[in-house]
Amino acid sequence: MTKNMDSQYDAIVVGAGHNGLVCSALLAKAGKRVLVLEANEQVGGAAITREFAEGYSVSACAHLLYQLQPEVRKELKLATRLVCEDMTTIALGEDGKHLRIKTDSVEGVSDEDAAQYRDFRKRMTRFSNLLRKYFNKCPPRLGTRDFKDLMTLGQLGLDVRMLGKAEMESLLRLIFMNIHDELTERFENPMLKGAISLDAVLGTHLGPRSPNTMMTYLYRMSGDHGRSGIPAGGMGSVSNELAHAARSAGATIRTSMPVKRIIIENGRATGVETESGDRFDSLMVISNADPKTTLMKLIGAQHAETGFANRMSHLRAKGNAAKLHLALDGLPTIEGLSKKDYAERIVIAPDEHYVERAFNPAKYGESSPNPVIEITFPSFRDETLAPTGKHVMSAVVQYAPYGLKGGWNDEAKAAFMKAIIDTLSKYMPDIEQRITASELLTPADIEREFHISGGHWHHAELSLDQFMFVRPVNGAAQYKMPIDGVYLCGAGTHPGGGVSGAAGRNAARTILSREKAA
Amino acid sequence: MSIVQEPVREAVPQGPLKTPFYPRVVKLDTVNQWHEWKGYSSPDALYCADLEYFAIRNSTAVFDLSPMTKYRITGPDALDYLNRLVTRDMAKVKPGRVAYAVWCDDQGQVIDDGTIFHLREGEYRLCCQERHFAWLQAATIGFDVEVVHETDEIAGLAVQGPTSYSVLSTMGVKGLEDLKPFGLMHVDFQGVEMMISRTGFTADLGYELWIDPGKALDLWDALFAAGTDYKIRPIGTHALDLARIEAGYLAPYAEFLPSDETVRTGRSRSPLELGLEWLVDFKKPNFNGRRALAEEKRNGSTWQLVKLDIEGNKIAHSSYIFSNSKAKGGSIGFVTSATWSPVCKQNIALGTVKAPHGKPGDTVWVEIYYQREMHWNREMAKATVVDKPFWFPARRGATPPGPY
Amino acid sequence: MKTYDAIVVGAGHNGLTTAAFLAKAGLDVVCVEKNDYIGGATVSRNLYKDWWYSNCSYVCSLLRPEIYRSLELHKHGLQVTPYGGSLTFMQNGDYYGSYHDHEAAYREVARFSRKDADAFKNYSADTMRQCRLIRDFLLRTPPDPTSFKPRDLMELIRIGGKINEMGEDRIGETVRFWTMSVAEYLDEYFETDVIKTALSASGIIGTALGIHSPGTAYVLLHHYMGDVDGNVGSWGFARGGTGAVANAIAGAFQAEGGELRTEAGVDKFIVKNGKVAGVALDNGDEVHANVVVSAMDVKRTFLTCMDKSDLPEKFHNRVENFKIRGSSGKINIALDGLPTFPALPKDSPLYLADMHFTDSMERMERAYDDWKDGTWSKDPYIDMTMPTTNDPTMAPPGKHFMSCFVQYCPREINGREWTQEDKDGFQKSVFDQISNYSPDFKDLVLHAEVRTPQDIENEIGITEGNIFHGELTMDQLMFNRPVPGYAQYRSPIDGLYMCGSSNHPGGGIMGAPGANAAREILMDLKRPNTVPENFGDD
Repeated sequence: MTKNMDSQYDAIVVGAGHNGLVCSALLAKAGKRVLVLEANEQVGGAAITREFAEGYSVSACAHLLYQLQPEVRKELKLATRLVCEDMTTIALGEDGKHLRIKTDSVEGVSDEDAAQYRDFRKRMTRFSNLLRKYFNKCPPRLGTRDFKDLMTLGQLGLDVRMLGKAEMESLLRLIFMNIHDELTERFENPMLKGAISLDAVLGTHLGPRSPNTMMTYLYRMSGDHGRSGIPAGGMGSVSNELAHAARSAGATIRTSMPVKRIIIENGRATGVETESGDRFDSLMVISNADPKTTLMKLIGAQHAETGFANRMSHLRAKGNAAKLHLALDGLPTIEGLSKKDYAERIVIAPDEHYVERAFNPAKYGESSPNPVIEITFPSFRDETLAPTGKHVMSAVVQYAPYGLKGGWNDEAKAAFMKAIIDTLSKYMPDIEQRITASELLTPADIEREFHISGGHWHHAELSLDQFMFVRPVNGAAQYKMPIDGVYLCGAGTHPGGGVSGAAGRNAARTILSREKAA
Repeated sequence: MSIVQEPVREAVPQGPLKTPFYPRVVKLDTVNQWHEWKGYSSPDALYCADLEYFAIRNSTAVFDLSPMTKYRITGPDALDYLNRLVTRDMAKVKPGRVAYAVWCDDQGQVIDDGTIFHLREGEYRLCCQERHFAWLQAATIGFDVEVVHETDEIAGLAVQGPTSYSVLSTMGVKGLEDLKPFGLMHVDFQGVEMMISRTGFTADLGYELWIDPGKALDLWDALFAAGTDYKIRPIGTHALDLARIEAGYLAPYAEFLPSDETVRTGRSRSPLELGLEWLVDFKKPNFNGRRALAEEKRNGSTWQLVKLDIEGNKIAHSSYIFSNSKAKGGSIGFVTSATWSPVCKQNIALGTVKAPHGKPGDTVWVEIYYQREMHWNREMAKATVVDKPFWFPARRGATPPGPY
Repeated sequence: MKTYDAIVVGAGHNGLTTAAFLAKAGLDVVCVEKNDYIGGATVSRNLYKDWWYSNCSYVCSLLRPEIYRSLELHKHGLQVTPYGGSLTFMQNGDYYGSYHDHEAAYREVARFSRKDADAFKNYSADTMRQCRLIRDFLLRTPPDPTSFKPRDLMELIRIGGKINEMGEDRIGETVRFWTMSVAEYLDEYFETDVIKTALSASGIIGTALGIHSPGTAYVLLHHYMGDVDGNVGSWGFARGGTGAVANAIAGAFQAEGGELRTEAGVDKFIVKNGKVAGVALDNGDEVHANVVVSAMDVKRTFLTCMDKSDLPEKFHNRVENFKIRGSSGKINIALDGLPTFPALPKDSPLYLADMHFTDSMERMERAYDDWKDGTWSKDPYIDMTMPTTNDPTMAPPGKHFMSCFVQYCPREINGREWTQEDKDGFQKSVFDQISNYSPDFKDLVLHAEVRTPQDIENEIGITEGNIFHGELTMDQLMFNRPVPGYAQYRSPIDGLYMCGSSNHPGGGIMGAPGANAAREILMDLKRPNTVPENFGDD
């Protein structure tokens, strides 16, 4: 192990995912000497743009920007240019009769459904605003007598009460409900129910009938009320912007530097060792990796206590979302769509039962024969992504369970690919002829390429038992691992995944305020 | 599926099982008083608990330990594993040595206590009252170690008392004279390996013998043949428990509850509260409960285990403990084990009191109820907190031991 | 015409409990029941020769001992006898038995996994910790978190204190327990599929959820928090069938001077100026009182027996949105003799156990997928008991009564009513499954009564025939049960109260909703309280 002479840092951030970058930038801005070590060649983690076929580039994992917190934008002075903004969701119908769902209105449904939708969104907005406030705070510890924690809890209680009696009653009921019931209570139109339930289950191991899916829906809305956009140049641009902010503030970012382990000496972190044998010293190591990887691989569970390690071993983090990239020699035909509609977000989730049935096989370690799909054509407005006249399709496809029976071998991948193409072909009859190259990233691939255990969108399943006070697990919910000097700042911590920057920002703020208190 | 036509297996046995020594123990039993101990029949007494007790203090007592829960721990990380598991520093326990240890949950509350035998370099046996396989398995995360449940594979006998050295020597065990307390050695017994440790639950000269169950009866026969002249006696649990209290040793479900079985808050105990601070090595960077125990050490404990020397001769079973004779201010704790010590002629007890009460030398008051011919009496007995075991004779540690 | 102090609508066990406690306080109470028998779903019926069927609910554990004791139910003929263990037959011919003898139970688990055997105590302790928390809430009225009334605030503070004293770690575990799925909860303790399966059933019985649905770990408590003679978590049979419970409570009610009127179904509640004035019966008669208590489920109470115009719109909508889902059916069988189970040794104590035939988590969850698809499970989960192995009074000597609780079974088949053909198919799924393990079973069947949720709804009156009068999901528990703002047994109509299982703490033969409602009514009437408090447990 070579010891780098000039290697004493105030903080080392392991992983230059977007949360790691946000955390680094904020710490650097506060005057810390920060080193960021990234395993891959590019910064961004799962928020990158990369070439998947010659001449064709795409946002490799996350492809829609809808959660980036205004606080992050403001504090880091981000000015992300979007090629698509406030995208309409077009829910495809097989007969060419599609629904157009905007942030607060919907076209193609009965007047009653349209009115209900407005009401639904109004209420969801109110609740998601409240949640958003707490998504940008370190969750308080429960059962302590710490004044600050009690204050935060008291504030939460007060905020809930301030909603007023009726809304408070609704929130305390809704938060535990499944999206299926709420949609059934409100709407008639199956396509509308399908499209909304898709929003609730994307990135999770849940079906619309699973309790918790109201919460996951609110989570999705907690950014910009669910308004999605596509950054110019793909998601990598956001990461590059964040990296720029971090560097400008004085942070050092080194890529192709996979960290082998966090060095624990005498019960505390003293630095990291890279795969190449370099050692960097710091009394603070902040992991942007998922919590399980952080403990089991980087720290070593032997440095934690048994109860904690055991709890972490039970953290549920098995992804279901696959990513499909197609290089197309032209846009596929979709009946009933006008040209400009290809700039929108297109979903295949024809009704809520369809979504639920897509989920069923995932429970048994099988992939969906009729998957749900979220589609964008990022090249439609962004010529940098594909050769002129050609296009890229970027799609999130569910359910492709990480723990597939028999594993994700070539055969299994081919079978799932066929299921996807068959599903797409129902709406895009010429899609197969248009494909010149393709890439399918299953959760197993995502795990391998992006170093996320289970290839999970949120680094750890987003459900109430792994939420807020208990995310990722008891004893590590305040961004601090129970090993001195080790912190977490990734999606596996509160509030969760998506390109929001909230976890990274909260981690940085918690670290700085702890330091101040000490 | 096909229709089930016949059983594919035998049913598991109902009721207590018989230990490998059972055929011999039952032959010597005259009172038929048994209880179940971790799935096995174990005698309360075999002829008379009082006389059996004196076998421990006067000659040689033999107690069937086979139901003790045993785990074998091996692998490159066995030492590191144990060091994270228990509170004391296991690096100091060399091969051929035995360590008394406690292990805690993350909150620093005692799960159980037991003995760890360092059988050979890197090979350990953990021996305890309760079953902990789930916890011990969970504790393997991050270690290259194998934990095997071997309770049924090892038969055990405690051979305790002043003549025990003579009995074993007569039986032909060589090299016993050099075995110190908490030492262990492997010897040949009729062609199989037997492990002998100088350990016990009696605070007297004594050994424990560990052997393949197939050889159990031969061992018993050889032992009793060698011991006849040294007044060897089989004993039951009652006699052993009496000796245990005199020694001031803890028993689970009396002095503490395994913390993973408590349902109510605050009913478990930390090692500091059990007077086991000497077993907690804060110099180790990490072990289960370290953080919580360090905090407890800073802020003070809630409870304190006490050894009580109580005036009079009325046994203080389950008594409340008070700080004054008028019981003012409510009780400060309660007695967990109590007995009349026949060898010390003392009324003794173990108990748990709220800190800061219970420092050695303190006086407390014990509320004793006792019955005399249909008549119940209540007595507030003065008691002194003592810090040494009630019984701890020099012969216990003598190496080489005396002949009796 | 006579005006009563109170009318209780529905002579199920909760209605009778409320009635008994009101009568005990000296009120002049009448309990009206639509059927010609009392008990509702807590009933023993003589439907075939000399056999008595516990034809709806069939086991007893949750009945609060405080109520039992306070109403002196033993004097009115109730006797609950614990029964022998539990058994799951496996497709490979093996079985997993859970014995009363602790060490035998340990050895049985250790056959599959020593780790699981040792983990059992951790599982039990951790689950019991949650049980203790919830047991404390059973005979108490849930506080309204939106209210500023001293009583609600005090109760909220009390609950907060109780939770806080558990300490950080155990609070975290509690938060997780209340929100996770039973499958995930069990995964944290056990590795053996059949053991997890056997335990998981308690997380879904009576609910329209699968074992992988979040929130089902909590449902476990509804099967563990009961006790027989202080033996927490154990189950028993009422001697003479489940009807003995209702008969005993009715006996206590009548001994206090209460009046029971059967074949008196309620058509409508009479509401005048926002106040209840009595009930109009199906036969056109009216019965008058200023206090009316509905033991019917909340949907039937407000959607069927009341005009929409009499209710605030928001309340009406919320009742409409209350989820009561038919998810289980029942088959009651008269047997000519004891069926044999060749997998078991002839004299196995497990012949006294309740038996199951679902041996994998996947089969358990797939049974739920069928229900989601609008049909009964083709490979259902069956909880099969033969109370007559224990109770000599329910069938002629040497003969047996078999009760099969079957899940999942929907209220409607793909949105339509059940046909005879459907019922035959449902019965066949059950009979075939049992026959795989008992070749002589089918030949011993003398009579079988198939009860789908539709049958139970039609006869007993419970919406969708749901055993809990409403799903036990977090959005319908505590202060959310039955609807937010009305979780204290009062309705928006003055004088109209609710005492059925749609209310906190929910269903099972517990009596707690009935007792709690009585306490609230007596409080409103400024009468001395006759309802006992929870036995303490510290």
